[in-house]
Amino acid sequence: MLYRENGQFKTSYRADQQIFPIVQDRIAIALLLVVAAVVIPWTAPEYLFRAILIPFLILSLAALGLNILVGYCGQISLGTGAFMAVGAYAAYNFTVRIQGMPLIVALLLGGVCATAIGVLFGIPSLRIKGLYLAVATLAAQFFTDWAFLRIKWFTNDSLSGSVNVGGLQVFGWPIDTPVQKYLFCLAFVVVFALLAKNLVRGHLGREWMAIRDMDVAAEVIGIRPVYAKLTAFAVSSFIVGVAGGLWGFVHLGSWEPAAFSIDRSFQLLFMVIIGGLGSVMGSFFGAAFIVVVPIFLDQALPALGSMVGLHIDTATVSHIVFMIFGTLIVFFLIVEPHGMARLWSTGKEKLRLWPFPH
Amino acid sequence: MGAFLETLIGGLMAGMLYSLIALGFVLIFKASGVFNFAQGAMVLFAALAMARFAQWVPQVIGVQDKLLANAIAFVGALALMIVLAWLIERLVLGRLVNQEGITLLMATLGITYFLDGFGQTLFGSDIYKLDVGMPKDPLFMFQNVFQGGILVSKEDLYAAVIAAALVAVLSLFFQKTATGRALRAVADDHQAAQSIGIPLSRIWVIVWSVAGFVALVAGIIWGSKLGVQFSLGLVALKALPVVILGGLTSVPGAIIGGLIIGVGEKLSEVYVGPMFGGGIEIWFAYVLALLFLLVRPQGLFGEKIIDRV
Amino acid sequence: MSLVAASTAAPAAPAVEGAPEAAVATLARRGIGEVVLEVKDISLAFGGVKALTDISFDVREHEIRAIIGPNGAGKSSMLNCINGVYQPQKGSISLRGRTFAHMNPRQVAEMGVARTFQSLALFKGMSVLDNIMAGRNLKMKTNLFQQAIRWGAAEREETANRRVVEGIIDFLEIQAYRKTPVGKMPYGLQKRVDLGRALAMEPQVLLLDEPMAGMNVEEKQDMSRFILDVNDEFGTTIVLIEHDMSVVMDLSDRVVVLDYGKKIGDGTPAEVRHNPEVIRAYLGTAH
Repeated sequence: MLYRENGQFKTSYRADQQIFPIVQDRIAIALLLVVAAVVIPWTAPEYLFRAILIPFLILSLAALGLNILVGYCGQISLGTGAFMAVGAYAAYNFTVRIQGMPLIVALLLGGVCATAIGVLFGIPSLRIKGLYLAVATLAAQFFTDWAFLRIKWFTNDSLSGSVNVGGLQVFGWPIDTPVQKYLFCLAFVVVFALLAKNLVRGHLGREWMAIRDMDVAAEVIGIRPVYAKLTAFAVSSFIVGVAGGLWGFVHLGSWEPAAFSIDRSFQLLFMVIIGGLGSVMGSFFGAAFIVVVPIFLDQALPALGSMVGLHIDTATVSHIVFMIFGTLIVFFLIVEPHGMARLWSTGKEKLRLWPFPH
Repeated sequence: MGAFLETLIGGLMAGMLYSLIALGFVLIFKASGVFNFAQGAMVLFAALAMARFAQWVPQVIGVQDKLLANAIAFVGALALMIVLAWLIERLVLGRLVNQEGITLLMATLGITYFLDGFGQTLFGSDIYKLDVGMPKDPLFMFQNVFQGGILVSKEDLYAAVIAAALVAVLSLFFQKTATGRALRAVADDHQAAQSIGIPLSRIWVIVWSVAGFVALVAGIIWGSKLGVQFSLGLVALKALPVVILGGLTSVPGAIIGGLIIGVGEKLSEVYVGPMFGGGIEIWFAYVLALLFLLVRPQGLFGEKIIDRV
Repeated sequence: MSLVAASTAAPAAPAVEGAPEAAVATLARRGIGEVVLEVKDISLAFGGVKALTDISFDVREHEIRAIIGPNGAGKSSMLNCINGVYQPQKGSISLRGRTFAHMNPRQVAEMGVARTFQSLALFKGMSVLDNIMAGRNLKMKTNLFQQAIRWGAAEREETANRRVVEGIIDFLEIQAYRKTPVGKMPYGLQKRVDLGRALAMEPQVLLLDEPMAGMNVEEKQDMSRFILDVNDEFGTTIVLIEHDMSVVMDLSDRVVVLDYGKKIGDGTPAEVRHNPEVIRAYLGTAH
């Protein structure tokens, strides 16, 4: 009864084309933003920010970028970690080598560098698809792993191999406490989510989806596969690069190449698959899931274990997490390939009819 | 010159080990069209099983003779791999018939993670020794030609011979037997094969079992050399560039691809690496595969794919 | 008899060498104009299989030209060559007098040629509306940054194109389905969406690959009506592959008959129907 669209007639195409055409959705999103921007900063404990909220925000941004490439344009990438690394190290170099470089500009420039690398490694996608492309993206991953480890210029000749940044600020406002970091990331995520949503619902998004679904037919209606695929790589890498910069600067503070290893690439891919391929909202669901579940299980499993007299240590917990993720990937691929986002919209459909069954 | 030959031979040996892992890949792809990302995880899982069984058999059953204990452990590990193959077919592949390649790839990615976690939960995550009686002493060859001779690992030689034998048997299997033909039909088109009465599920169980067997052999040889540990899974990932080079559908291609990668890695590390600060081994194989993909995507021996609208 | 005297709407209709008079008279009556698409000596082979051998025919503006022939005759391959999807080994294709040896699909699309597919190459992950909007892609000019911001130029362009697409949706009578994912639609309606997507390109030449395949009588009537309307209202030239003879005879102005990759007939439906070669190809020789 609550979720009925009755009476909500659109009288213009513009109204019909909105991101949230249903009033209840608009109210819900507005509430969510208010909670996120106002309520949480005042009420949440510091641990929540550091362990869950900030990683969630940054990783959902990266997942959003990856979803554009994999979910909307159908190009698989196993090298997302590499692009995050490029974004982070590039931003670092801009900050360290250019006096007075503003933080936001550095992060955006990091994204631009990631774009360049992304387009470069996206060129193979013009000739190869699917599994072959996956191996090509692995080349990007391992190459950047090596480059940031061995080429001293990237780390500003750091002796330890790791880099660190401190004293972040925007127009004089410090980005120091968890709350400030959280709000900073939130701002980025909201802006980028809006831009990404605009892109995927516009004609570029349709081009991407056309290439994904049937590239020969797409060519015949005049879509250029080269342009579509390379823009997908470019936009995706930009977003992922910015996320990488945020991860290094805001979340970690100091990092080494291992922070962006192949495990990170797989983690992001899992977020996108479980959350929902081809869905902006799905990226957030997936990120939330992958961030929260290990932390939850870290507490829950040993507790459960001690109830039955079993000692479960953290190593075992992480193995069990692997098993659960692996199982869920297979589960979602079989049962609901569109992931949690589809489950969510199916749920909303049911809600629309509630209390009627159909 | 002697040093060069040593590096070359060392590379050939390492390459042979990659080929063993790649063989499993090619098998599954040839027979079911699935790009089995989980092959590396299967190698690790099989090796873990073998290592632990070899430890437990003397403890649990009391068989003290090394050879017998190892044999029992081998049979046990093989049985486990077959059960695994059956489970994968039932729970995963059977439900994803006729999905696109990318879906199947991601499913095998899920299987990889599951096997990783499961293997370590079941067998523990320490480093385990695997002793199957492979000779550990080195062999010095060509002592009259080069001073001191060329150092060759006997173990690697044995591995090479085993791999060659496996390849011969598998090639014969695919070309000459009816089952082999059925496997190739399935790889081409699942639906069409089903419609002419080929029992898809049984074929897949067979294939994944054989791949499991190959994974076990590869795991034993690798594990005997390096010790069984988690990083084995990562090394196994290198089999991907191998199959790209050799061609996803070619059994001899897997061997040749492995050799090229093995040799290329070692030579480039020794002669080119120092110019860039070393450590280029981690990406050499992948970048080589990338170049191949741009120039000749079907690899050296693979089949070209024609897309009809 | 005299072509020039008979035609009023097509003053430039030239004397067509070798074409039977009946064909020419038909063309004149329907206001059919110049040759807009000409295919010369096209040969196409895949490995050892010769799909097309020395095919030549022309298509005139505003006409409905059918390509018929038994299965495997090479009809779809012919369309694929015109579209640029296949590159023939020999021969050339001329669009409005401009000859090309090799074209890519985008160039062909830009020159105003659209097509539907036998196997319904719809974008399964998108709704009906999105599929047809995808057909507008050559008309949408805003760049990536404008679209990311959306407010302003991109929104206006999206709305303007939406208006055109809604017109097509009205024309094809699929309004109720506009937000449905195409994968969920019945086959006959999917065919309409395919047609809609091609129409969205505002083509001058429309290639239809078996638009009636798998349809029942009612659906065929609807589709025939759409095809005729498109030809009538928009003056679109139509090249049509079809198996249903009654449809071909009723709809088309001229027919090309292919068999085993070779042309065995070319003329009006009436002429072609009585061509012994054609009869033999379809029915086999009498014993």
